[in-house]
Amino acid sequence: MDARILKEFRAIVGAPGLITEAEQLSTYECDGLTMFRVLPLAVLLPTSTEQVQAIVRVCHREKIPFVARGSGTGLSGGALPVANGIVISLARMNRILEVDLPNQRVIVEPGVMNLSVTLRVAPDGYFYAPDPSSQQVCSIGGNVAENSGGAHCLKYGFTTTHVLGLEVVLPDGSLVHLGDRTVDRPGYDLPGVFVGSEGTLGIATKAILRIMKKPEVIQVLLAAFNSTNEAGAAVSGIIAAGMLPAAIEMMDNLAIQAAEAAVQANYPNCGGLLLVELDGNAPEVETLMEEVADVCTKCGAWEIHVAQSDAERARVWTGRKAAFAAVGRLAPAYIVQDGVIPRTALPHVMSEIVRLSAEVGLRVANVFHAGDGNLHPLVLYDDAVPGQPKAAENLANDILRLCIKAGGSITGEHGVGEEKKMFMAEMYAEPDLNTMQLVRCAFDPENLSNPDKVFPRPRLCGEKPGVYEPHPLELAGIAQRF
Amino acid sequence: MPAASGVMTQVSWPELAEIVGKENLRAATAADAIDGVQPQMVAEPGTAEDLARALRWAHDVGLKVAPRGGGTKLGWGNPPVACNLVLSTARLNRVLEHAWADMTVIVEAGCLVADLQKTLAAHGQQLALDPLWPERATIGGILSTNDSATLRVRYGSLRDLIIGITAALPDGTLAKSGGKVVKNVAGYDLSKLYTGALGTLGVIVQAIFRLYPLPRESRSLSFSGTPESLGQLLLAVQASKLTFTGLQLRAAPGSAQLDIRFDGTAAGIQAQVKQVQQIAGSMAASDAPANTWTSHQANWNGADPALVAKFSVLPAQFAAVCALVERAAGAQSLAWKLVVQSVGTGYARLEGSEQGLRTALLAMRDELAKMGGTLVALGCPVAVKRGLDVWGPPSDAQPLMVRIKQRFDPDGTLNPGRFIGGI
Repeated sequence: MDARILKEFRAIVGAPGLITEAEQLSTYECDGLTMFRVLPLAVLLPTSTEQVQAIVRVCHREKIPFVARGSGTGLSGGALPVANGIVISLARMNRILEVDLPNQRVIVEPGVMNLSVTLRVAPDGYFYAPDPSSQQVCSIGGNVAENSGGAHCLKYGFTTTHVLGLEVVLPDGSLVHLGDRTVDRPGYDLPGVFVGSEGTLGIATKAILRIMKKPEVIQVLLAAFNSTNEAGAAVSGIIAAGMLPAAIEMMDNLAIQAAEAAVQANYPNCGGLLLVELDGNAPEVETLMEEVADVCTKCGAWEIHVAQSDAERARVWTGRKAAFAAVGRLAPAYIVQDGVIPRTALPHVMSEIVRLSAEVGLRVANVFHAGDGNLHPLVLYDDAVPGQPKAAENLANDILRLCIKAGGSITGEHGVGEEKKMFMAEMYAEPDLNTMQLVRCAFDPENLSNPDKVFPRPRLCGEKPGVYEPHPLELAGIAQRF
Repeated sequence: MPAASGVMTQVSWPELAEIVGKENLRAATAADAIDGVQPQMVAEPGTAEDLARALRWAHDVGLKVAPRGGGTKLGWGNPPVACNLVLSTARLNRVLEHAWADMTVIVEAGCLVADLQKTLAAHGQQLALDPLWPERATIGGILSTNDSATLRVRYGSLRDLIIGITAALPDGTLAKSGGKVVKNVAGYDLSKLYTGALGTLGVIVQAIFRLYPLPRESRSLSFSGTPESLGQLLLAVQASKLTFTGLQLRAAPGSAQLDIRFDGTAAGIQAQVKQVQQIAGSMAASDAPANTWTSHQANWNGADPALVAKFSVLPAQFAAVCALVERAAGAQSLAWKLVVQSVGTGYARLEGSEQGLRTALLAMRDELAKMGGTLVALGCPVAVKRGLDVWGPPSDAQPLMVRIKQRFDPDGTLNPGRFIGGI
């Protein structure tokens, strides 16, 4: 990288905030998806919004692409660096700036860990609802980029529901405030567009979060079935009875074995395990839990257990949240997918996954957010065996195509990133993608902010859009356009 | 026809008749005017494709277009700079797919909210939203105006309920975003961008929503007191572990009530009613009258001229808002009442002279701005609208919003001037 520019960067973030040594840079060459690796020209670690702005202004002037990075736990290669660009790590912007309990708002910098928000407000009985499995290490900024979900988004919604406002450095270095502490700020819902844009529209430097009151009672039921189909029928039965649990999770036998080996969650050894969490006021949870147990029994559950204490509930969830990493005990390598299907397509899609898995001769462990149809098939393989990595990749891709065919999505919470961008053209038609590009061009006409992610191929924003008609207020000299 | 006499002579309306069918194109009447701006024609295409073609035709010949659903909120926004053609979604009124086991619905934009709810109720489900005038308002209309009311505290607003959208752009593109699964982060979430955009970016032709079960049982209580004491009660209720599905404050000169609604099982409701009464202490509760939860709608009825302003503040500011509205109304000798939901949004209604309404509007807006709140004049005499932006002052994101508008609608075909800052 040009010494003149490096000098400028050093002046902004100081020597400790600038990484250019190849060995240190390699820490940043990939995110949680390690199959893609690119060494950036430099990594910058700003400590303030002003520094982020100054860095981005230089990038804009010099046409240097940049990739923002939180904790690097993303699973779709969203934080993969660009070879001719820099990485801007928000890890040092990690302060909780304000806690406003009466209005249930918390204002944070992007490098704050997801779980830190809940830990900060838990003593007062509040929590921050989005709870991705990586919540101990993933950052709010990363959650904002990916619109992260988690097991409890079935009832409480995704990151986008809980982010009311953002301070954002746009790709030209200007600073804007999207949304606010109050809801329904007049104008376009730009936080709604920015959350989940995977770093392609700019860099969030502050987030206004909504926190919630912890429910009076939380109970988790474990039900053991012979198959995922039986467990799936129970899920449909619960929904048909008009109940909305806080979470419904499903694991198949391979996933159960892995979780057991890793954290001894005391799961029954069965073909399909269902975790159903209900929360709310005590008499209601009690009534509904009985109904859930009834539905499960009718659908073939041969063991039902309700976790009563906080400690027992925590152990149950530890098993589920550790499932991805635990699968590492079953095979040297694995690919995790994130497809979504309409819940009712589950039996069909599951039997197809079993068929494909047998055809290729690779095992697939299945962990689902069953309540909202979000599948996490884990394709197990041995990267030392020639041909297996490719076969595993093909199998994972075929599973995504199954999801698209079933009317679903290629990603429920991990993002498109680098990994799935070619699938965007299978999920959406050309006009759909072109229309999304209009948003991109309004935010980032020079294509500098995390370029070449999400969309299948690089696009140009073209000539400047047409001239706009003046408002009567402008003509009258009362208002002016900026 | 003052607004667009320039283009009128060159327009070949039979071309549009060919696209939408002769019987679906009619001359506009005075009832079709928007804030006194008179369109020439009203077209009612029967399919999304025809609507997109009609929009493209209008764009290509240089007409200005106002999309319209039920027309219940046609007066919202600034007066349009011009309007030649009303593009109605009235015939796009079908519920295309209610996948009740997946708790999703695909519905056309012109479907009436009440009609959709009736279809969903057959399987014990609902679009968990109680917008204004559901018997006359359409899905596209409530989306474009981002309408929400008392259920929001539990289920969120439309941005939280919509999972997929299809819209027609001025160049005739029909584009979708999202899909029919609840969880989906593939690509930009344009459904949120169109929601609340007042039809300035595209014409919504179809939407997909996540659904919720209808409650098994429901009970509502009302507490009376001063705005200050009820504001305190509201904060105490919010800080409790109660799981309410409605929580609002109503106020008028000399009276104020707090309403709370519990849905769920009989045992659950009973336990919560007991708890809320404990929290309220000496404040007496009564069962809320049936029309309690349509108070936001009642605020649109009364004597003219009137101003109905939507405000948004933080929950801890409710008592201050009551005082502020009372002060602004009192200074101009205006009648007033307000209803505010615990999420912070509410409607204030003021009645009196146009000059008084205008002065009060600006006074309330100034004071709210100091508190970090906002105020939008939704129901407002045209004379009061002139010379001010009903949306209030734009934020530092306004240039970005203008750039988005320019990308989606570079020639300013859709609802020109009606949105914030003249968008």
